[in-house]
Order: sequence, then C-alpha cells, then structure tokens
Amino acid sequence: MDINFAYFIAPVAVGGISAGLAALISVTDKIVNNYGDIKMDINNGKKEVVVKGGQPMLFGLAEKGIFVPSACGGRGSCGTCKVTVKSDVGPVMPTEIPWLTKDEIAAGVRISCQIKLKQDVAIEIPEELFYVQEYQATIERITRVTHDILEVSCKLPEGKEVTFTSGQYGQFEVPAYGKVKEKTMRAYSMSSPPSDKNRLEFLIRLVPGGIVTTYVHEHLKEGQKIRVVGPFGDFQVHDTGAQMICVAGGSGMAPFKSIFQDMIDKGTLNDREIWYFFGARTKKDVFYLDWLYKLDEEHENFHFIPALSEPQPEDDWDGPTGLITEVLDGYLKDTIDPEKEKEGYLCGSPGMLDACMKVMSDNGMESEKIYFDKFA
Amino acid sequence: MNAAPILNPFSLFVASIFTSNILLANFLGMCSFISISKDMTSSNGLGMAVTVVLTITAALNWVILHHVLIPLQVEYLRFIVFIITIAAVVQVLEMVIDRVSQALYMSLGIFLPLITVNCAILGVSLFMEIRNYTFVQSAIYGLGSGLGWWLAIMALAAIRKKTEKSKISPGLQGPGITVITIGFMAMAFVGFSGMLAVQ
Repeated sequence: MDINFAYFIAPVAVGGISAGLAALISVTDKIVNNYGDIKMDINNGKKEVVVKGGQPMLFGLAEKGIFVPSACGGRGSCGTCKVTVKSDVGPVMPTEIPWLTKDEIAAGVRISCQIKLKQDVAIEIPEELFYVQEYQATIERITRVTHDILEVSCKLPEGKEVTFTSGQYGQFEVPAYGKVKEKTMRAYSMSSPPSDKNRLEFLIRLVPGGIVTTYVHEHLKEGQKIRVVGPFGDFQVHDTGAQMICVAGGSGMAPFKSIFQDMIDKGTLNDREIWYFFGARTKKDVFYLDWLYKLDEEHENFHFIPALSEPQPEDDWDGPTGLITEVLDGYLKDTIDPEKEKEGYLCGSPGMLDACMKVMSDNGMESEKIYFDKFA
Repeated sequence: MNAAPILNPFSLFVASIFTSNILLANFLGMCSFISISKDMTSSNGLGMAVTVVLTITAALNWVILHHVLIPLQVEYLRFIVFIITIAAVVQVLEMVIDRVSQALYMSLGIFLPLITVNCAILGVSLFMEIRNYTFVQSAIYGLGSGLGWWLAIMALAAIRKKTEKSKISPGLQGPGITVITIGFMAMAFVGFSGMLAVQ
C-alpha cells in the first residue's frame, strides 16, 4: 500500500509548533511560578500552616484541612469563600468586586479562591471553620419522604465524628455525570440531630435542572461514597427563652427537624413556646406529619401548624388552608400571645422568606430577631 | 517568491506608527480600542502590552513562516499557527508580568488575555506575510504598529476625557461620539499617507 507522507506534514507541523510553544509555556511556568513554600498565619497566631506557593489561597487552606465554604469549587462564581486578609496581597481583583460590599473591601475581606499565594500572609477566618472537616461518607439510606424530596442519610467513615449545631449546613459533592463535566458541590442543611455524631442526614428536593439535586434523585445509590464537607453556617437557635416562631416550606424542614430533635435529646423542648408553621401546596408535599403531630400532642408548648395552599379534594384536609403567610399572619394577630417576646426562624425559598419576614415585621416583630436560612 | 520590498527601516517604522497606523488606517483592533479608551491608565497599560506582544509575535511568526511552514509547503496553515503563537506568547507574557509587576498585572487585568483575540496582532502577522517583509522589517513593523496602536489609544483616551465633560446631544453620547472622534483621528493620520508607505 502506498502511503503519501505529504498528508502527515500539516498535522506534524502544527503539532510540532504547538508542542514547542507548550514546552515554552510550561518551562516559563516552572521558573516564573515557583514561589516556594508560603507561611499562612490564621487568626493572629491561632494556627500556622505552610503550603506550596502559587496556588489559590482556598486550595492552600483546604490542603491543610481548613475548609472555607465554597459552592463553586474555586472558580470565582459563587463568592462564598470570603476570608479577611490582614497582610498585603495586592489590590482587589475585578473578579472579586461583584461579591464584596464597600464595607467588606474596607475591612480587607477577599474572595480566597482568587488570591494567589505569593508571599507569607496573615488571614482571619471564623473560628468554627477549624472544626470543618471533610468526610468520605457512605450513603446509608435514601428514603423518599414526598414525591420530590429525598431524605439522604450519610454514614461517616469508621472512627470519624462530626460536631455541629442544629441549623448548620454541610456541602454535598456529586461526581461528574452525563452532560455535567465537573464534580459539583451544593449546600444542604443537616436534618439529623447533633447527638448523632457519625451520621449526617440531608433533605434534598428535586430542583428542575439542578445539577446536584438531579444527580441525587436519579443516580445516587445506597452504599455509594460521597464527599461531604461541613459544618458551616450560623443559622441556629438563640437561647433566649423567647417564643420561637418557625416557618418552613419544602426541604426547609431539614434544620427544624434537627433543631426539634436536638431539643428532645437535651430535654429542652418544654422550655419555651414553639410555633412551627409548615407551608405546602397539597398533602403530598407535607411529610413527617406523624412525628410532628405527636410532638404537638405530647408537648403543650409545641404547636405544629401545617397549611396547604391548594388542598385537593382527595387530600381530606381539615387543617388550615391558604398561603403560609396568610396563616402566619392570622396566628400572629389572633392566637400567639402578643405580649411575650418573639423570635422568628425561617427556612425556605427566598420568595417565601421575604414574604414571611414582611408579615412578621408588620406584626411588630423586630427584624434583627428574625433569623433565616435562605436557599440560593 | 516575491522579493522583499526595499524599504528604509526608519521610514517603515515611522509609517507604521503614523501614516499607516494599524488602528486608524486598517481599522484593526477596534473592540478593545473603543472599550478601553474610557480610562487613561488602562489604555496606557494595554498599549504597552500590545506593543510588546506585537513585536514578539511578528518576529516569531516570521521565523515560523519562513523556516517551518514555507519549507514544508504548508503555508495554508498560517492562520492557525499564527494564532497559536500569539496565544502562547500572551500566556508567557502574562505569567512574567504577574511575577514581575503585580501593579501592572492588576491594571491590565482581563485585557491581557484578551490581547490574544485582538485582530491587530493577527493582522500584523498577516501583513508581514503578504508584504514579504524580511525578518528585520517584520520586527520593525510589529514594533511600529504597536507604538502606533498605543499612540492612538492614548490620544483617543485623552479626547474622550474632554468629550466626557462637553455638551453632546443625548443620541450621540458614549459610543456615538467616540466613533465620530475616531473618524476624525483617522482622517488626520491617513492624510499624510502619501509621504511614507509601508510597502
């Protein structure tokens, strides 16, 4: 067979030139980007780590087991990996500006995935990030609680424990699948109580088009290993004794399940008045009803008020109906003691939260005593 | 192969800056020209970067064209190869600037990688080929074109600083008056094109 070598000239020429240029780039990279070891001083001497220079600060910290929350995995598209930088690391980059307020910039807050480690730095991070750990958890059980919400229970590896406060969240990472080319992380509130030290449970609602939720609902199998990082967040019960007005919708149930179970474990559920409003469309969207009704029955001060906005005839529903905001408004006006101090706890979609906050402030609740966990 | 044009290097240099300004005579590299000229400091930095990249790529592409592509009779690959070279040079330059001067790196920001797709850069490499420049002529033409680009963007940035404060009818504010300004500038530059030529 005759082979015409002329056919090979073009690919070889382009390939050769590209290879030469690639070699030039990598040699330059080796010489120019060699910053040696970088010392990072965290929280004024509390901790000191030495990492390889030239990499983003976020990855340098993660390498040493300090997990600054990051939803996008270091691509600069979520703006959550904020740290306060005390030493000079150059001016704020254009890629950081959209995520920082004027006050934050003045205080030295930076997006840690956008800062390249070039010289020794001093930074400040919230103390609780020291407790954040990374777990190779095993999916122990997947339970369908409604038509679009799964309860996913993850067992931590043997000998590993987690310490968190009810209301905090963890980051759940799913591998690349189908059209999604990169592993992706999303944050979900823990629904398991802190007393369960080697298990993390999440409620994951199917979001149409959601990368992680679609994976969880369609591909995740029991026994599979999943990377979970946590705990994060400052949504938690404030120990004041004021009446708790809790409002949740959908998978916003998660932190409250953890909070109530934690109170039961600690025996503090009877210490204060608790009103728990749960909004759903139809009966097939509400879950844990038996458990919550039982709590309502057994504890005088615990009131569970599920409300359906579109009850179906077959639902056979005799509880409150209407939007959760209307139900909440009614209770705040007529039933809940107006004299006693109140604290608001909200978890749900941004739209629901904003509407509920308005109802609460309209009924005289102080906005700084309304705590919330907004799904982004 | 046509013989290289006989050109006085000095007149080629001056011509590429003024009478055959790559921006105002060939209208190449317009996008960054219009968008960056809002700000003097960025214009200065970008002009500098374009000059460096133009000089290096014109010379490098000449070497590749005459010592690799033409001997192998694959000149038709020049578009791809020129672009690869430009991209690689910009990469290297970016790393070096990042290391050497953080301030310059910051002020150039995203515009540094964007030089890769600045058509003036590819344009100079292609003119170099069409006009059969020698190696020295290519390097001089690259340097001259870069300086010309730099000059033009600085001039426009200065003029825009003035027009910002002038009364302009609402329909013409922003890009409208900028493009008109560029038109006048082009006329001024091209007006002398009979005196010096690039080929």
